[in-house]
Amino acid sequence: MKGYFAKRLGYMLITLFVIVSITFFLMQLLPGTPFTDPEKLSEQQLELMNEKYGLNQPVAIQYVNYVRSLVTGDLGISYQYEGRSVNEILSERIGPSALIGFQALVFGALAGLALGIISALHHNSFLDYGSVTIAVLGMSIPSFVFAALMQYFIGVKLGWLPAALWQGYEYTIMPSLALSVTVIATVARFIRTEMLEVLGQDYILTARAKGISEKAVVFRHIVRNAIIPVVTMLGPLAVAIMTGTLVIEKIFSVPGLGEQFTKSVLVNDYSVIMGVTLMYSALFIGVVFIVDILYGVIDPRISIKGEHKL
Amino acid sequence: MSLPKQEITKDLFVHAPLESGKSEELPGTPVTFWSEAWRRLKKNRGAFLGLITIILFSVMALIGPFLTENSYMDQDLALSNLPPKAAGLEWLGFDGSDVNGIDQYAARGINESFWFGTDEFGRDLWTRVWKATQISLFIAIIAALLDLIIGVVYGGISAFYGGRVDNVMQRIIEVLIGIPNLIVIILFILILEPGITSIILAMVITGWVGMARVVRGQILQLKGQEYILAARTLGTSNSKLIWRHLVPNVMGSIIITLMFTIPTAIFFEAFLSFIGLGLQPPLASLGVLIEDGYKSMRFFSYKLIFPAIVISVIMISFNLLGDGLRDALDPKMRK
Repeated sequence: MKGYFAKRLGYMLITLFVIVSITFFLMQLLPGTPFTDPEKLSEQQLELMNEKYGLNQPVAIQYVNYVRSLVTGDLGISYQYEGRSVNEILSERIGPSALIGFQALVFGALAGLALGIISALHHNSFLDYGSVTIAVLGMSIPSFVFAALMQYFIGVKLGWLPAALWQGYEYTIMPSLALSVTVIATVARFIRTEMLEVLGQDYILTARAKGISEKAVVFRHIVRNAIIPVVTMLGPLAVAIMTGTLVIEKIFSVPGLGEQFTKSVLVNDYSVIMGVTLMYSALFIGVVFIVDILYGVIDPRISIKGEHKL
Repeated sequence: MSLPKQEITKDLFVHAPLESGKSEELPGTPVTFWSEAWRRLKKNRGAFLGLITIILFSVMALIGPFLTENSYMDQDLALSNLPPKAAGLEWLGFDGSDVNGIDQYAARGINESFWFGTDEFGRDLWTRVWKATQISLFIAIIAALLDLIIGVVYGGISAFYGGRVDNVMQRIIEVLIGIPNLIVIILFILILEPGITSIILAMVITGWVGMARVVRGQILQLKGQEYILAARTLGTSNSKLIWRHLVPNVMGSIIITLMFTIPTAIFFEAFLSFIGLGLQPPLASLGVLIEDGYKSMRFFSYKLIFPAIVISVIMISFNLLGDGLRDALDPKMRK
């Protein structure tokens, strides 16, 4: 267990390092400069600016400096906002993203769970087909298409919820809902298959034969066992939510990380792009790591040694 | 309790009558794997519907732009922002009236009907939607095929040779899989200048990993089976072993993975276009049209709705077909 832990940790660090390096060198290849209207700047001004941001040094030295400051947790200075550090911008931006992401995950998981359970318990009935249809739609329709249509119909046409901006709790509802669609669909599908599998097991027959109430059979025996593998979905779901925030924050003008990223990409703000990339990657790698460890803890049948599941 | 012992004599046995019809009957042509799979696929209504829809949309993507006389890039400001109008479909909202209920065609004295309306430059949306479908499908299919080639070669080599080669190749994959691919795609697009080729390249750079893993897993499983050992013992060459014995047996999983790669690629392309990193005008992909439509959806909602419907239907069809193929080709993989 300890050896496995250490090995995984090692991989995480290597992956992060590779990401940092790839991002850094890709940034060097980017066309254009991070300064607005470089034509308008005189040669001296440009030189001064390059000096200020350390852009006049050779790439190798810039790279070493960047990695060195990263180790101390310093992500550099932003180019688009005068004199602001990336750390400051990111810490300001992470709140809204985390909030809608968390809401989407919780709501999506609960709704998906309910849908999946109903679907499996009424296998091959009208209810089942209904939930399967919802799940297929949710998996297929791109989240931003869904978000745009939702904004138009609920926000603009019906006016039930504010269409955009970030000025209070009701503003978080639509972005969270739009983000949760993928989660609902994935969880519902997964729970349904798992439950159908559990339903056929002998211990369910035993439980019924013992005369336990149907409610207890469903919740204590079926759902409990079906839920375990859902933990493995957390990784892909976290990715789906992160991907979703990139566009959904843009659509609903949520001042989060995703919105900052799409904005920075358009103005070549290298340090912010690298900061957000790093943050998303670290989050993603962390989630995958935790899920793997959790899975071994929750389901004793999975031994960590037999980790190479092919 | 036992019955009295009875002598068993020969005359107790009688020949069963010989059915002349049955005796010579052959069991029919042996059912191959593929015809069996096709039979199972046809039974799955959702998947079959998906297949038909995909064929229909692909055909429309090819001939749709030629059904009207407009080109997807001709601009005519006199015809800008016309709502959809189609003869016979007025009851469905195709009556040419805008948000305020004014018939724009009558108001501007235009005789031609634009089935899906026009955009702000007066370009015919019907033509543009199908042209966009064509480009989106093209990008997705090429990207998926490239993923397939790289993935099969990489996964195949890794699994077939095993040992140190496999070890090194798997470590590389383990690192790659940890990188959120969307971010890499965005960074590559930034460098490569937006365009069809760069979108395809950026998607392939990270996309092949999934296919490589599937192929490796499958080949590792097959490698240990007796028929491979038998073939080896008989002196079959490596290349023959790969092409005659391994590849056909991995085909099922490859096709299933491919079927799920295509909608993913369509999604990524649309996603990139939506955040402004996609194709440049006058080219259009579904993502570009959705982005254009999104910007003006308040007053011209039809600009958003038509491409949104098309992309959704395509994605749903591919997912349904993928699910159906998975059940048909490999019942074990069912999830």
